[in-house]
Amino acid sequence: MTQQGVRWSADQVLALAPDAASRKAGSKLAAAGPWSEAGSSDEGTVWGLCKGSGSKPYQTVVDIADAAGPAYKCTCPSRKFPCKHALGLLLLWAGEDGAVPTGKAPDWAEEWLAGRRKRAQEKRAAGGAGSPSGGADPEAARRRAERRAERVGAGATELERRLTDLLRGGLASAEQAGYGLWEETAARMVDAQAPGLAARVRELGAIPGSGPGWPVRLLEECALLHLLDQGWLRRDGLPEGLAATVRSRVGLPVSADGPPVRDRWLVLAQYDTADAKLTTRRIWLHGAESDRTCLLLSYGAAGRAPELALPVGLALEAEVSAYPGSGQPRVALGEQFAPPAPAAIRPPGVTTSRAAARYGEALRDDPWLDAVPMTLDRVIPTPDGESWQLADADEDAALPLTPSARSRPGLWRLVALSGGAPVKVFGECGHRGFTPLTAWPEGPGQAVPLC
Amino acid sequence: MNRTSAPSETSASGVWEDLVTTALLGTDRRPAASAGGSAGAGPAREAPVALLDAAAVETVRRRAGLRPARAARRPDRAPADPRPALPAAAGRRLALLLADRPGTGGGRRGTSPDLMELLPQWLAAANAHGFAAPPESLPALLDAARGRTDLRPAALAFAGPRALWLARLNPDWRFALRAAPGGGATLPDPDDAGEVERLWQEGLFAERVALLTAIRTHRPAAARELLAGTWATERAEDRLMFLDSLRTGLGIEDEPFLELTLADRSRNVRATAAELLSALPDSALAARMAVRAGACVALDRTRDAPTIVVEAPLECDTRMERDGVAAKPPAGRGERSWWLGQLVEAAPLGTWPGRLGGRTPQDIVALPVADDWQAELHAAWCRAAVRQRDPVWARALLGAPSAPEAGGPGAVSLAERAKLLGTLCAAERAEWVAGFIATHGLSEAFQLLGVCAVPWAAPLGRAVVDALNIARDAGSYPWSFSGVMGLAERCLDPVEAGRLDGLLAVPDEREDASPGAGGYWAEAFQRLMTTLRLRAVMADELDAARHGRAPAATAAGPGG
Repeated sequence: MTQQGVRWSADQVLALAPDAASRKAGSKLAAAGPWSEAGSSDEGTVWGLCKGSGSKPYQTVVDIADAAGPAYKCTCPSRKFPCKHALGLLLLWAGEDGAVPTGKAPDWAEEWLAGRRKRAQEKRAAGGAGSPSGGADPEAARRRAERRAERVGAGATELERRLTDLLRGGLASAEQAGYGLWEETAARMVDAQAPGLAARVRELGAIPGSGPGWPVRLLEECALLHLLDQGWLRRDGLPEGLAATVRSRVGLPVSADGPPVRDRWLVLAQYDTADAKLTTRRIWLHGAESDRTCLLLSYGAAGRAPELALPVGLALEAEVSAYPGSGQPRVALGEQFAPPAPAAIRPPGVTTSRAAARYGEALRDDPWLDAVPMTLDRVIPTPDGESWQLADADEDAALPLTPSARSRPGLWRLVALSGGAPVKVFGECGHRGFTPLTAWPEGPGQAVPLC
Repeated sequence: MNRTSAPSETSASGVWEDLVTTALLGTDRRPAASAGGSAGAGPAREAPVALLDAAAVETVRRRAGLRPARAARRPDRAPADPRPALPAAAGRRLALLLADRPGTGGGRRGTSPDLMELLPQWLAAANAHGFAAPPESLPALLDAARGRTDLRPAALAFAGPRALWLARLNPDWRFALRAAPGGGATLPDPDDAGEVERLWQEGLFAERVALLTAIRTHRPAAARELLAGTWATERAEDRLMFLDSLRTGLGIEDEPFLELTLADRSRNVRATAAELLSALPDSALAARMAVRAGACVALDRTRDAPTIVVEAPLECDTRMERDGVAAKPPAGRGERSWWLGQLVEAAPLGTWPGRLGGRTPQDIVALPVADDWQAELHAAWCRAAVRQRDPVWARALLGAPSAPEAGGPGAVSLAERAKLLGTLCAAERAEWVAGFIATHGLSEAFQLLGVCAVPWAAPLGRAVVDALNIARDAGSYPWSFSGVMGLAERCLDPVEAGRLDGLLAVPDEREDASPGAGGYWAEAFQRLMTTLRLRAVMADELDAARHGRAPAATAAGPGG
């Protein structure tokens, strides 16, 4: 592969930006003007000196070959991560022929790289040696786990009582009780060390204000919460896979202990959701050989972009290990064997009827699933009154878009890309409808991110 | 609900609705009828628990059984765009330019280019190459054009037929349908007489204006006839807009119709008709105005030097009014000089050499004018030269750029000079402005630079850079010249970037200079240089296909 082949697109680089302001500031530094001694190596390192407001230029270096997404180092005082200089440098590298020539890294860049490699090696060595002896005192760990299970059990029992009280008095009263009741219950579940239950309870609080049809949605969510409570209280009688799913849904810590699966993983989509405390980044991967679609999660403090960043359209040769639980798509990224590189492969897709059936089948393993990852083949974005749907090009069947997907700018990119012609769309398919995340045109062309 | 009925016989939705009703009212008020039965776990459980059990089963069942909906009517396919695809590097550039939305940053500009300001010329260049816009960029392009009306024509031309298809689906982008030549595909073919007539008779005002404009561009006479057919029944405001659309393709064949409209009930319509007629030097109105103006301006040969004497009209008669002369002057102006100005403005310039002793325009402008009439007379000639697009007279009235009065308050204002320059060819314009800047500096040049062709011709570019250099040496701050600097970033030819090399360093501070000015100037010149380089790269990226260089993305292929 040529050096050009590994280059990213501007969109892919801009996807790394922590916020819109950084995107703008980085774009402005994407011209050769402020840069000097910029260069790149075939191992996937880009460096350069950027003239700032001070007398000494900033030293910027980016390692794009890292398994956990690009790593950055810049001598500027910015607390943004990556800073505008790193973004500008990558844009320059992505955009212009010859602006960032291949060469040997200067000493200051080499020093940082060497330090990183050394740390990575030590970590690998420590990981290899450390895991068997990980539980220093297995007896103490077991006791801790037991104590926590008891507290969660007490929480689940309390939650059951609250749910039965609610249904005894009727959901109509929930509308008057308002948010406070649920906030208080959620806090009790946090105390019970069951964050999964707490999150679900908090969502219940928002349902009465969510517009027409709320009693149906509230009953559904109460029933599923009840199901989860019961699952936890009777977990000993469940099959191992389902019990693991219940544990992770309740919010017990789990670790990715599945066997490593090596594949060429295509990055299907990356998007962030944020609440008051946490930014959660979801990255969907598709294995070219295994035909598995799996999910990487990465977290950042509120207002900060999570560190792991894998731009859509790249593929990486890497190992992933699954988290426990039946029907769980989540994996952890393991060793990476080559830097992420643009790839023209596309995931195979299905019809809308098949997609709906697949969601139904997935509920067998995990009845709490809101949506499953899905690639639709040959669908046409179609206006349907106030709403939109993805209509099968060849059958009289269509999946409606979720309400949140309707109001996103990505919808219009999807419609524009299609132009009334069938497209391939990857997204999340569930009981609320379909959320498109990435699309490919009918003819040749790159993946277009929609989120 | 029947307790004993088998689940398979009960309609599934009936069970669910029953559960919802019970849940809503509460099991205390409405004991769950079906819940206990369907789960069949005995009477030991409390009613709410039984309800939750049944609801959980139903919820998962309902979700698992979801089927796709019926497809709505699929949209028609967007018309094909035959233009070649944008080179990959240029596509990335476009994404960058569009990402730079106003309001996403702020603060001091520093040394980096203002990308949004480069979008207009990127669009112009892409349109000149005839590339098609990448479909996924259309929403951002339409949003950019929505926010900036000056971008619309180029952005919509580049966005192509698919953007109009898209705009029909999103009310936010309706402007694209209005702005598009012919309002999108809704306008009939100009040759389809029946459809044209139908839309003209029944269409909304905006549609009719679009129709008239479209037809006027292709077949001026047909448009005029269409308008003449319904003229008497149109409303006054509409008549004004319709008449204005005749500006395109104006010719002497329009004279009979325009003469008729001189008698219009609306004063604005009359004035517009007169203005259009006076732009036709062979029209009868122009001849009438020539006679009237000629009667007011004469050459007095009895003095030592030949001098122009002016005898302004004593009255504004009804025939003058009919020919578009406004009788009532604006506040603060004398009636007679007001009338004179209008007569001279509307008279064909070609009559003056004959009237004033066979002199050339240049000699006529040089003649002294008696009794302080010079300003009034020259200003009227300026307006006439602009209206009649007469470069010979424009040249004469502009005078030499190095003349002292060119920079100061002379007979001809800067705004008028800018308009006069507009009648000259691009090279001559640039040369005149370059000469002006060399003599008078940059402080008055902004308006004049605005009418020069982009990129600036070499002499003009050199004059601007030299003048900026002089301004810096004079010790002022660069933001006094931010207007010209911004223009230079957008308009200077990138090949001139080399001339800036000496200006990028921060000079030692001199005692008489404004504090810190040197650093700000270096920053401003760096930004200018960066922007010029970026523009050169942008042009190269769009040229990639023409020069046969493979765009970067096709070289990548299915990597791995």
